[in-house]
Amino acid sequence: MAKYKDVLLDPVFNNNPIGLQILGICSALAVTTKLETTLVMALAVTMVITFSNLSVSLIRNFIPSSIRIIVEMTIIASLVIIADQLIKAYAFDVSKQLSVYVGLIITNCIIMGRAEAFALKNDPVISLIDGIGNGLGYSFVLVFVGFFRELLGSGKLLGYTMMTVNTEGGWYVPNGLFLLSPSAFILIGLLIWGIRAWKPEQVEEE
Amino acid sequence: MQSDSIMRTVLVALGVCLVCSIMVASAAVSLSALQAENKKLDKLKNILQAGDLYTENMEIEKVYNEKVQAAIVDLKKGQVVEIDQLPEELQPANFDIRKVSSNPQYSTAIDPKTDPAQVKRVPQYMPIYLVKENNETQKVILPIHGKGLWSTLYGFIALERDLQTIAGLTYYEHAETPGLGGEVDNPRWKAQWKGKQAFDDSGDILITVIKGIVDKAKPSASYQIDGLAGATITTRGIDATLKFWLGERGYGPYLKKLAEEINNG
Repeated sequence: MAKYKDVLLDPVFNNNPIGLQILGICSALAVTTKLETTLVMALAVTMVITFSNLSVSLIRNFIPSSIRIIVEMTIIASLVIIADQLIKAYAFDVSKQLSVYVGLIITNCIIMGRAEAFALKNDPVISLIDGIGNGLGYSFVLVFVGFFRELLGSGKLLGYTMMTVNTEGGWYVPNGLFLLSPSAFILIGLLIWGIRAWKPEQVEEE
Repeated sequence: MQSDSIMRTVLVALGVCLVCSIMVASAAVSLSALQAENKKLDKLKNILQAGDLYTENMEIEKVYNEKVQAAIVDLKKGQVVEIDQLPEELQPANFDIRKVSSNPQYSTAIDPKTDPAQVKRVPQYMPIYLVKENNETQKVILPIHGKGLWSTLYGFIALERDLQTIAGLTYYEHAETPGLGGEVDNPRWKAQWKGKQAFDDSGDILITVIKGIVDKAKPSASYQIDGLAGATITTRGIDATLKFWLGERGYGPYLKKLAEEINNG
């Protein structure tokens, strides 16, 4: 049981795909201006990574190594299309804001990376848990970034006003930088600093 | 090496493709009705918003069917076209502005030198929406589009019964920078449009989106709109979009005919 728990929780702090491996940050910049889009994106990626790990692991003994990457890509791409269709059907407003970025989950290195590094070598159950774990790790960083970007950039959280901004008669002067992509770099940088100060073993050797 | 034989490779590739295509196809087919419904409602919602008829949690379809009448206009002639004579893709319910504008059969290219809004191709036909009360036209809602900084902005402008006063403006699709050009969605910015003069009495276009804040003390405030701070190019694009669509190449001829119709009762 301890093994499953480690596989599930390690990617959140100890081996975070964004925090330690610095993978998949492109989407962390693009979709985090609002917490709502962030949550939907995090959910979509978690779903895709979980099922791609499961499917790849189920057929791992049949995949010829010469075409294994294209097989993984086919599975991931199909799952992403399904996720995109679901979002368009059940969260139309969010899908308009996410636009092309749902499709771009296909190119998210975390998903391909887990399929290659983990699901190809392990049985389906633990691969599934590894997928959920890495989805959680990704979601954790995304929600962290999205929380501060929406709060500081527009004074809101999930669309509800937290701090009334000056253009609407309040006191808060929104920091426009947080609505632009570079702010996500700053936030992710601060987060990585925080995690490494807490867990010094993650600091790379000079 | 068994698993790497050519036969096996081909079989696995075919199998994976088959399973994946069945999954994708069934998701797309089973959800398409729901998606089409969402798209339709979203468009109706935006038409109602432009016409200042929208409130939270209303029954969009019901209000739309009660108050709004769609029609198709021949832009050059300025006349409403009988819907029965039009092919399927030009019916108001199916009208897709991107498809119609890119179809050479229904649209003509604009000389880029005279196209600051980068509309690029102007369609022969456009849908318009009349808000009726007791069989009298109260407002007319016109679809518009033009380029901002990153994207083409698609929206609606609504005119009051006098066809000079603006009743509202809303954009339903764009990809401008959130917080800068994306402020076209800001309700406070949109609220300024209501009551502004689109035309003067001789029919010349007055409405202008200026750079900076409108000086309310001056008479020109009746036809000026605040520019979006930090979004000069989006602001210019919106200004050019309006001048294009309200002008001779856009709805100008139709609005003249409609004004005659309304004045003659």
